[in-house]
Amino acid sequence: MKSISIFLISILASLNAIADWEVNMPRGVTPTANAAYDLHMLIFYITVVIGIVVFGVMFYSIFHHRKSKGAKPASFHESTTVEIIWTVIPFVILIGMAIPATKTLIMMEDTRNSEITLKVTGYQWMWKYDYVEDNVSFFSKLDNKSNEARQLGSEIDVKKVDNYLLDVDNQVVLPTDTKVRILLTASDVIHAWWVPEITGKKDAIPGYINELWVDIKEPGVYRGQCTELCGKDHGFMPIVVRAVPKQEYTKWVSLNQKNRVAEKSE
Amino acid sequence: MSTNIDHLKEEHHHQPSGLMRWITTTNHKDIGSLYLWFSLLMFFIGGFMALIIRAELFQPGLQFVIPGFFNQMTTMHALIMIFGALMPAFVGLANWQLPMMIGAPDMALPRLNNWSFWILPFAFTMLLSTLFFQSGGPAAGWTLYPPLSLQGGNSMPFVIFSLHLLGASSILGAINVIATILNMRAPGMTLMKMPIFVWTWLITAFLLIASMPVLAGAITMLLTDRFYGTSFFTAAGGGDPVLFQHIFWFFGHPEVYILILPAFGIVSTIIPAFARKKLFGYDSMVYATASIALLSFIVWAHHMFTVGMPLAGEIFFMFTTMLIAVPTGVKVFNWVATMWKGSMTFETPMLFSLAFIILFTIGGFSGLMLAITPADFQYHDTYFVVAHFHYVLVPGAVFAVIAAVYYWLPKWTGKMYNETLGKVHFWMTTVFVNITFFPMHFVGLAGMPRRIPDYAVQFTDFNMIASVGAFGFGLSQLLFVYILLSTLKQPVTAADKSWEGAEGLEWTLPSPAPYHSFDTPPKVD
Repeated sequence: MKSISIFLISILASLNAIADWEVNMPRGVTPTANAAYDLHMLIFYITVVIGIVVFGVMFYSIFHHRKSKGAKPASFHESTTVEIIWTVIPFVILIGMAIPATKTLIMMEDTRNSEITLKVTGYQWMWKYDYVEDNVSFFSKLDNKSNEARQLGSEIDVKKVDNYLLDVDNQVVLPTDTKVRILLTASDVIHAWWVPEITGKKDAIPGYINELWVDIKEPGVYRGQCTELCGKDHGFMPIVVRAVPKQEYTKWVSLNQKNRVAEKSE
Repeated sequence: MSTNIDHLKEEHHHQPSGLMRWITTTNHKDIGSLYLWFSLLMFFIGGFMALIIRAELFQPGLQFVIPGFFNQMTTMHALIMIFGALMPAFVGLANWQLPMMIGAPDMALPRLNNWSFWILPFAFTMLLSTLFFQSGGPAAGWTLYPPLSLQGGNSMPFVIFSLHLLGASSILGAINVIATILNMRAPGMTLMKMPIFVWTWLITAFLLIASMPVLAGAITMLLTDRFYGTSFFTAAGGGDPVLFQHIFWFFGHPEVYILILPAFGIVSTIIPAFARKKLFGYDSMVYATASIALLSFIVWAHHMFTVGMPLAGEIFFMFTTMLIAVPTGVKVFNWVATMWKGSMTFETPMLFSLAFIILFTIGGFSGLMLAITPADFQYHDTYFVVAHFHYVLVPGAVFAVIAAVYYWLPKWTGKMYNETLGKVHFWMTTVFVNITFFPMHFVGLAGMPRRIPDYAVQFTDFNMIASVGAFGFGLSQLLFVYILLSTLKQPVTAADKSWEGAEGLEWTLPSPAPYHSFDTPPKVD
């Protein structure tokens, strides 16, 4: 009994401590993620309006046209005019949705004129990053603290682990205000690379090279995860992107190139 | 059962009794009951797996199961619910209802009917037995995407063989449905006079025949890739992993309509009955169903927008997918127009049907959002998708099955269920289904991927709520079983026409309906 009450209290406490009732998609920091957010909200509001109208009529009917209120059934049915009206109106609304959606899609798929290229390779269960022009390359996997805490029976309180399951040993560093082309592939099974605030996801598939582009407008640390089931540790291969101003990025590249050379000469 | 056997003797049938009666039966009602009870059993097995999943996801961190077993649970939960619970439930309803609705004595192909049911227990025994293998059950998701599914343990050939059996069973069932509907209608019942449930099942049967062989092809190629050195789907041998996804979803999308079209038929039957008013647009309902079925063959790649298709492909599949909203909208508007100025009462089947319309439409709205390719890049493979398809399959398809059982139970058994308990069952089910699945929209949008056994702490609160809802939903279904069993124990009292507004040939038969529904065909004008 005591243990149950402690359990309940700990749940209540945790509800307060991490009260994070996020209900919506985060706003992005790139033109592509923002466009996705705007489309998402547009379609959402359209469906809300349709929902209010349709369910409104339905509930009016449920409350007023009930036998207990003495409603007598009408006998009307079949009306070609009505059927045409409620076929055409949704069709027009759909065209209204399709136009902005197609424009956004074309913008998202245009990877031309990028300044740097990052190649991402999915492995079970980590990511490899190659900066194609700058000759930097490293693996990135789940941070040790999270990895210890996530084991069955670890008895570590995961709520006390910073960025539990969303932290890595080596972060991806990208420059802000730069069009970066991201190439995606995989060495074993299909993975998917997704950092919601930066870009929608795209699959990393063995034998394929897929493309994405990002242009991060705000420096910061952005986190994401693998989003295609890739085996037992699918839930444990996060992605962390640190966006820094261009100069800082150049410094980071030269530092890491040197390390690489030093490693080779050893 | 003893009353049934007496009944048989009267009609001079020479059939074995006891277990052999059920194994050898060729009667559409017996087989319908077998399908429905089997479906209920599978619903609880699949539901138990869902509760293991929700227990693990109650809190972040791993408490109960290791990730590999978690993946087996998500995979098996889906396979059991789709192939074991929903599809047999609809086939069971078809068996019971189609002959009664079209004025026939039985299904057209009774022995085939027996065979198509009795394949199922073998298939599912084999499928479930893989969970006890040392290497465990299938863990690559019900979609079986290679190369991951090719890494699976010894379960893989067993899963594939059981899927082959299930496909064969479905195709046999579909052939029987088509043969029955096209050949055994009462004189005067033209196609456009058939009850709407019969129409939806006719179209569904064609979908089954067209799509199940495609699945069989895909999984056979998986099998030869694994054991016979082919490389259909392995990049290293010159194959293409994405090819599997195209083939799979060419089956998979018609498959989801196989699960929902008969549900549309049920709701289109129940709403007019309790609104005491004819279905608003019978013809347009038939055309809408047929349009949805045709569209289902040209939208498959919306399940795989993120695989890196050419822009033209992405645009094509976005447009075709959005188009589905038109006939689906026609259906919803027709249901609302049927209720309009009716004289409604709210017995349990009606309550489940009304909840179906609202909650299925919510699932339709999230489906429309998912159709928008650039937004789908964000939604894809998150809990938003999980919320979407559970809204269309649980308060969609499952609610329709439950509504159908309450609606036709007095006809099948001659006994009326307890209306108060039925309503309690409805409200518990509806409240808990929303507590379970609505928060999944939120965590999905906030960035929680699907098919993960553990999650970042910011997703904790909504996951706790969803888990509480899931257990509540599961327990509510025990009440359903209680209601069914207590109804069966009652004496026969139900009227031939159990509902004031019910229409159709089945209500002209006595309750319970005679063993051979119509010995002489009724006249339909």
